Amino acid sequence: MTAGSLCRPRAALLTGLALVLLVSAVGQLGSQGAPPVGLTVLSRDGRRTLAVSSVADQEFVALDEVAALFHLSVREESGAMTVSYKGRTIVLTTDQTIASVAGRMISLPARPVRSGGRLLVPVEFISRAVASIYDARVDLRRAARLVVVGDLRVPRVSITVDSLPTGTRLVIDLTPPTAPTLSQEGDHLTLRFDADALDVVLPPVQPQGFLQGLRRIDAVAIGIDLGPRYGSYRSSTENLDARTHLTLDLLPAPSEITATPPPAPAPPLALDLPAFGQSTSTLRTVTIDAGHGGPDTGATGSTGLREKQLTLAVARRLKTLLENRLGLRVLMTRDEDRAVSFDNRTALSNNNKADLFLSLHANTSLKPAASGASVLISAFPDEAEVRRTLTPVTVPVFGGGLRDIEIVAWNQAQIRFVERSDLLANMIVESFRGRVPLDTRPLARAPLRVLASANMPAVLVELGYLSNREQETQLATDDFQTTIVQALVDALVRFRDARSAGDSGDR
Amino acid sequence: MGRLGRRGWAAIAIACLGAVVGSGLAWLLFVGVPWWWASGGSSPTVATEQNMPPEPERKIKARLFYVTEDGRGLTPVEHEVPYGADVVTQARAILEAQIAPPSEPLVSAIPAGTKLRAVFVTGSAAYVDLSGEVVTGHPGGSLDEQLTTYSVVSAITANLPAVSAVQILVDGKEVDSLAGHVDLRQPLPAMPDWVR
Repeated sequence: MTAGSLCRPRAALLTGLALVLLVSAVGQLGSQGAPPVGLTVLSRDGRRTLAVSSVADQEFVALDEVAALFHLSVREESGAMTVSYKGRTIVLTTDQTIASVAGRMISLPARPVRSGGRLLVPVEFISRAVASIYDARVDLRRAARLVVVGDLRVPRVSITVDSLPTGTRLVIDLTPPTAPTLSQEGDHLTLRFDADALDVVLPPVQPQGFLQGLRRIDAVAIGIDLGPRYGSYRSSTENLDARTHLTLDLLPAPSEITATPPPAPAPPLALDLPAFGQSTSTLRTVTIDAGHGGPDTGATGSTGLREKQLTLAVARRLKTLLENRLGLRVLMTRDEDRAVSFDNRTALSNNNKADLFLSLHANTSLKPAASGASVLISAFPDEAEVRRTLTPVTVPVFGGGLRDIEIVAWNQAQIRFVERSDLLANMIVESFRGRVPLDTRPLARAPLRVLASANMPAVLVELGYLSNREQETQLATDDFQTTIVQALVDALVRFRDARSAGDSGDR
Repeated sequence: MGRLGRRGWAAIAIACLGAVVGSGLAWLLFVGVPWWWASGGSSPTVATEQNMPPEPERKIKARLFYVTEDGRGLTPVEHEVPYGADVVTQARAILEAQIAPPSEPLVSAIPAGTKLRAVFVTGSAAYVDLSGEVVTGHPGGSLDEQLTTYSVVSAITANLPAVSAVQILVDGKEVDSLAGHVDLRQPLPAMPDWVR
């Protein structure tokens, strides 16, 4: 049995008609719901569709259609089908789920089914059997209804929609890394990717003020339909290990925002995309560590204010302000009252390649008069010795070339960042001066457990003394917390500007 | 029993005597001589002390550390503590005095009720094992935690030149920290900044 080419319109029409009949026949056999969407087969030759039918929750494709697409020859002999391609063969029968592929046994989720004179095989036949004997790579992506043949660039795109206090955030991840281009055309933004196709399932969107919906414009572009409140957008792109991470904020018109207006969009705009493996130099991601939590209450004031509650309240305020005013990505080591180990706090920050780690605490003193904020950075007992042994090791990097890296024990990672942490600590103290009362010794170094493994500039901020009754009352007020958070954000802005202006960033 | 003759009893007596003499010789060979050799060879002064009748009143002056007036540092105060023949005994005597509640107006940074469980010294590092009260009775702030830690570290390093770093253990175990800030995973050297 040989199958005709599907490229001819008449054949395609007939096949389609046959399939409609088949699906309705199969529907009577016991399947429920709408007929499944067909698969799109992408190759260098173009796009073809492959009809899919569903029997008892299992998706099937017609063997003759698959054979036509992949130029396979099919021969039937005493109940067994032999499918061959360039001397390699697949043997399968309708009475078992096992098939022989180039002499090796594979299993299919269901037996092949005979229907209307055609043989239907489970869709997994493509990935498990055909892929093994075919010349080019065959990749079945069921969620996106795609079969990718050959070396095409078809990144997986995941999109999540979050609401901001004023605006809407789209977080788009592309695996493997893929360069995006963003442009505004009338009532929508077009997000175009440098790829052959996209493996994407668009999330359902509830139409709202900033975002009306998401849609496919073509094979490599997504349309973002804007809502009536939309005024401008702000975007940032990060190249992480194996993916591109794009954050796109849809914001109100500049008149609606009190803080610094985002840059006006200038379509079409190639996004600021660093080369793969190159580090970014500006401040994008900040980790806020609310000290203590869960059974570890930290210090307790005389009127009952607990350190773990205070640090979480301030952390939440700081997060909101950093996201809204600076558009930063903010990671919280905890956003509820729970215990988090020291190592998990820094691991979150390290694994997400945060640019800063900010640990919030409140102090106590045995002398009730002590009051004021201070900023602490790491000290290591054997710091001088560790620094002396920091010799660069040359390693090959992905994509070719060599790179010098310094190898540091993970529990001493902070050693490499002590100078930058010191710079940040100084900026925070300067920003506090005149606004937030300072301790008599506002800058200090100590062997701090939570900062030791932070692979980025890291400071521990003591907001004030809970052992001082007056200060405890002050720390609990909205006004004071707002002032502290404002001062911290100002310090981070100075740190960011110093980073992008002076040094290229040694991260 | 009754069937055992005189020769039998004699054999048992000789065997017992042999065992006693043998173990005595073994003790002398493996414990006594090395001890005598070590104490006699390396520190003759200590050996002399061992031979003399103990002097119950013998004391030395040690510097102990208490919280300064502003609460932000440690101040050294001289105290008499019992003399210890070796570094471990001396360290123990100093720590007992440092941990004991001080008389007014001195304020100790070590929580009341904390007990000294054990002291070990290996090389230049001392390991001070404190009871759980040092954690449960702690006020919790990073300043107080540093004062607690460096009271213990300074009391040892300031008085015993042979020890340069101290690691605090709690209830016999290594801990991350006492109150969530100071890293106690390795022996800490003294930090002179804390002492005024």
